[in-house]
Amino acid sequence: MLTFIQQLLNGLTIGSFYAFVALGYSLIYAILKLINFAHGDLFGLGAYVGYTVFVYAFGVIGGALGLWGLLAVGFAAAALATAGAGLVIERVAYRPIYPIGRLPAVVSALGMAIFLSNLIMAVWGPRYLAYQESFIPTGFWQIGEFRIRILQVLILVSALVLLGILYFVVEKTTFGAAIRAAALDRETAALMGIDFLKVIRFAFAMGPALGAIAGVFVGMYYRQINFTMGWVYGLKAFTATIMGGIGNIPGAMVGGILLGLLEAMTAGYISAAWKDVFVFAALMLMLIFRPTGLLGEKVAEKV
Amino acid sequence: MLLKVDNVSVSYGAVEALKAVSLAVSGAEIVAVLGANGAGKTTLLKAISGLVPIKSGSILYDGQKLHELPAHVIARLGVVHIPEGRKVFATLTVEENLNLGGYGCAKEEVQKAKARVFQLFPVLKERRRQLAGTLSGGEQQMLAIGRGLMRSPKLMLLDEPSLGLAPLLVDQVFATILQINKDGVPILLVEQNARKALSIANQAYILEVGRIVLAGAARELAADERVRQAYLGGVTYERRLRAKESRATGNTPDPRG
Repeated sequence: MLTFIQQLLNGLTIGSFYAFVALGYSLIYAILKLINFAHGDLFGLGAYVGYTVFVYAFGVIGGALGLWGLLAVGFAAAALATAGAGLVIERVAYRPIYPIGRLPAVVSALGMAIFLSNLIMAVWGPRYLAYQESFIPTGFWQIGEFRIRILQVLILVSALVLLGILYFVVEKTTFGAAIRAAALDRETAALMGIDFLKVIRFAFAMGPALGAIAGVFVGMYYRQINFTMGWVYGLKAFTATIMGGIGNIPGAMVGGILLGLLEAMTAGYISAAWKDVFVFAALMLMLIFRPTGLLGEKVAEKV
Repeated sequence: MLLKVDNVSVSYGAVEALKAVSLAVSGAEIVAVLGANGAGKTTLLKAISGLVPIKSGSILYDGQKLHELPAHVIARLGVVHIPEGRKVFATLTVEENLNLGGYGCAKEEVQKAKARVFQLFPVLKERRRQLAGTLSGGEQQMLAIGRGLMRSPKLMLLDEPSLGLAPLLVDQVFATILQINKDGVPILLVEQNARKALSIANQAYILEVGRIVLAGAARELAADERVRQAYLGGVTYERRLRAKESRATGNTPDPRG
């Protein structure tokens, strides 16, 4: 029982990371039918920006703001910087080639992914960097044999709140309806007075910002980051996106959480070495039996 | 003159869809553009609303050069284009579709406009939480028109509103168009149903393979021998036309409305 609860908590935590990143894939896919392969590396970039801000800001403002103030500054900086990078990538790597078709955009996305991970390596070096304890909430609650880390609670609450806000914006507001309309039919959306570029910019700022937050959390949770992390998490989160139903916002969240749980349970009951096997086997089963994903796009078109 | 289309040409690659087309809409009239499939009617409306770029010529609306503006800006000027095939957002609710019709307008205005639309089409009020894709063809057309009315249009571009609808519904749609026009909205109407269109229009143009071949007062055109032969060729012709329409869209007229 203890293993189960512990792994449940771990799974939800890891699943939150995937959900954060998966949302970025799904949001951009929904609008442009483009798989932004650079998204994973934007998540990595976020982790590095967060790291740098923590290291340098700790000396300057660390004492004045305390741990929580420092965290707020670090997260905000990482989210803003990565959102900016997302917008630049859209402008430089995608917008000039939208008219040519979707395949060139995918190639451009892969190129951007390679560029970004190499940029991170060139700037911060190829070795692992350690997130130091001085800027990680290390407290925990001990309930009998069971231990809850404050960091895990922070991650889960952030995921719940931020993803909840995004869900609300996309599903319940008129701007969200405009995003969904533009995703369905760009021409007719323009006839409604919807500026498609604005919708694209929202996706390319929001997705990477959420990814960056996940990146910083991953750094805190595992205490170390590496320039290849973007590719690894990007691939997993992409799997989560497919499993939840690509282009579907709640689907990305559900897919991410499920994937996290699957990994944690495999690690807890079988062996950590097997977790990728189970994850990708689940992906294959999903593709065979329900290719549109768990919450695949609803089809209400009347012919 | 509210809208002045002057010598406009549009090409899709090597195909010239519009060749030096000129027309005008003034005051609060209904102007009909008639023509067969592929004559360029839809292209003309798309050129006005900014969905396709023009190669030469100019489109002036209320003194502004529409051909230099992107589609979403043109929409916000009050030039409302209700596209062919209705194009409601199928996976959005009826109410969300309507709200988008007034996208960018003040909240109170949207609420007021929505109340007006619900009054005009009570069925939309009943079904406002339903996904638009689950509506019948007739209801979708009402939604498309209602969505267009959300912005208090200053000029309405209507593309084939009768397409794929049962005759009874066609009458209803045309009555609605007339009512909207009576409320002061000038309308540029594109139709294959020439008889119906001429019966409500003030002015009419006839488009053949990208060129205006005939223009004048709707009543005169309805009496013109060439028009009668080509576009109003009696019951059999109309029947054939309707059969062709349903083949083209894959729609059979929906008896439920």
